[in-house]
Amino acid sequence: MSIQINKDLCIGCGRCMESCPGNLIHKDSRGLAEIPRVQDCWGCTSCIKVCSVQAIRYFLGADVGGAGATLRAESTSHYLNWTVTLPDGTEETISIDRSESNQY
Amino acid sequence: MTIKELSTDVLIIGGGTAGCYAAYRLGDRPDLSVLIAEKANIERSGCLAAGVNALNAYITEGHTPMDYVEYAKKDADGIVREDLLLSMSEELNLVTKDLEDLGLVILKDKEGRYVSRGWRNIKINGENIKPLLAGAAASRSNVSVLNHVNITDLLVSNGTVVGAVGFSVREPVFYRIHARAVLIATGGAAGLYRPNNPGFSRHKMWYCPFNTGSGYSMGIRAGAEMTSFEMRFIALRCKDTIAPTGTLAQGVGAKQVNALGEVYETRYGLTTSERVYGTVEENRQGRGPCYLRTKGITDQQADSLYRAYLNMAPAQTLKWMERGAGPAEENVEVEGTEPYIVGGHTGSGFWVGDDRSTTLPGLFAAGDAAGGAPQKYVTGALAEGKIAAKAMEQYLDNAKSIALPDGAVLFQEMESYLQKKNIPLTVDQLEEAMQKTMDKYAGGIRTDYRYNEARLTVADRKIAALQQSLPLLSAGSMDDLLRIYELRERLVVCRVLIAHLRARKETRWHCFAENADYPEKDPAYECYVNSVLKDGEIHIIYRDLVKLHEHTDQ
Repeated sequence: MSIQINKDLCIGCGRCMESCPGNLIHKDSRGLAEIPRVQDCWGCTSCIKVCSVQAIRYFLGADVGGAGATLRAESTSHYLNWTVTLPDGTEETISIDRSESNQY
Repeated sequence: MTIKELSTDVLIIGGGTAGCYAAYRLGDRPDLSVLIAEKANIERSGCLAAGVNALNAYITEGHTPMDYVEYAKKDADGIVREDLLLSMSEELNLVTKDLEDLGLVILKDKEGRYVSRGWRNIKINGENIKPLLAGAAASRSNVSVLNHVNITDLLVSNGTVVGAVGFSVREPVFYRIHARAVLIATGGAAGLYRPNNPGFSRHKMWYCPFNTGSGYSMGIRAGAEMTSFEMRFIALRCKDTIAPTGTLAQGVGAKQVNALGEVYETRYGLTTSERVYGTVEENRQGRGPCYLRTKGITDQQADSLYRAYLNMAPAQTLKWMERGAGPAEENVEVEGTEPYIVGGHTGSGFWVGDDRSTTLPGLFAAGDAAGGAPQKYVTGALAEGKIAAKAMEQYLDNAKSIALPDGAVLFQEMESYLQKKNIPLTVDQLEEAMQKTMDKYAGGIRTDYRYNEARLTVADRKIAALQQSLPLLSAGSMDDLLRIYELRERLVVCRVLIAHLRARKETRWHCFAENADYPEKDPAYECYVNSVLKDGEIHIIYRDLVKLHEHTDQ
């Protein structure tokens, strides 16, 4: 369970470094985000939700059943749009209305 | 190394659920300065980082706070502080109203009443609950936030807590903070035991892996009395993702079934520990794996589950989508987690008075750090933050100013880790050794949570040896220093936990404290097991149960 940071997309804004509850995301020599201790990620997805350019994706390690899919989030004021990308490139999005409660 | 000096009326160590809310409440007293010291950033730090699925401690219509006391008492088989549970329960609905006013989405029916999920739970969208709490705390004009500073030790003068020391996790700066009152709101302790997923996903655990027992450890080392560490918490979770099961059990009515499809939960009882025990026993007796029976739920129910998990544990939704088979097609396998010490779910933590003052003057505790009041959940932690805030106000109205010790020895310890040593030991190695020891000798997953005196003796010796190795570690950065201190705190908590497990010579709670030497419950242990560290020794104190309308023995 961890995250993958796409440095080609990262703009070095530092929001993810601030929001990580484990102080796990650091600035590299170019000022971009990196996670040196990938195995220490809790999987809370805080960084994914604050990344304005969707440079961070979440994935399940193979030890917990991961098979290459990733999850990213697009955060707007009313919605959280979660997109799963399967290894073959297929994508599916679930849009969560922030004003709606869980039904369970 | 630079030492920064700060001074405040109230120092809140840990800006999680209880800490942020205590600060928010202290905002009503603008004459008092409040400083939150948080090792990450309060925006998402602590247990609520990902969100939370429901408010699990709420008094619904037709019920009373005493009903909640009785429920928690029954679940812990009597070893609770009724006084603490009652004062907490009386606040649950008030703090919930505050949360709603701060912007939390709570499901309501057509008449505008909260929709419950059982008699003590209400439905919410808890994805943004932590940013809401953090924002509320930071908005108060008298509250300052010191993010990315790890507090390591309390400063004590003639038995009174007068501040704390710590260091920045980002830059070479130490902190000495003078405080007239200190609140420990650091959460509980994860990472003591070898986790379910010990490899790449080692932090995919139930409890926040960044809650490392630092508050307990600081209190223990300063001589504060602790209670009920032996009442460990083990959560029943979805296998691999360690995602919540309550949403499946209560949300769509999924029953616990074994590999034969038999509903087994009724055979073992329905308390929190019995639900875990049943699963362990079914596996032990060859009827595993065990599942929550979700197969056959409607597509609409499955869709709601996908959404609910995205709001609190996205791993589970990702897992279902990645497999191409969701809960309607496949039952969800469940397993018990490794044990944690967490006062929000069991009775472990600081021994506190009804005002959440600890046994050390000037020191207060709330939330997962405070003992005696299990089943707090989010709202109970908020309630305790509120109670402690009120108590600190009163304490400060009478507190004298006490000079601050210089903390030189404590800074020397930090400095010593920052010196390069050519010894091939690393934090990761020692952490693995600790978790392996606790797993095998102190009742971890490997032994189905069972332990005995002989094993605990070995555990204590091994953990003590790891403590001896600590000074050999060296930190190349402040980030490394944080990992060393997190290990240091965990080792202290392990020692006290082992002492408590040895002291309760019975099995009152299956799995949580499964003593193989004493497999039955013993009325002689209808008492609290407490402890104090004095002159380097852990002293066990057995205390009589505190019942309502009786004097609180402190």
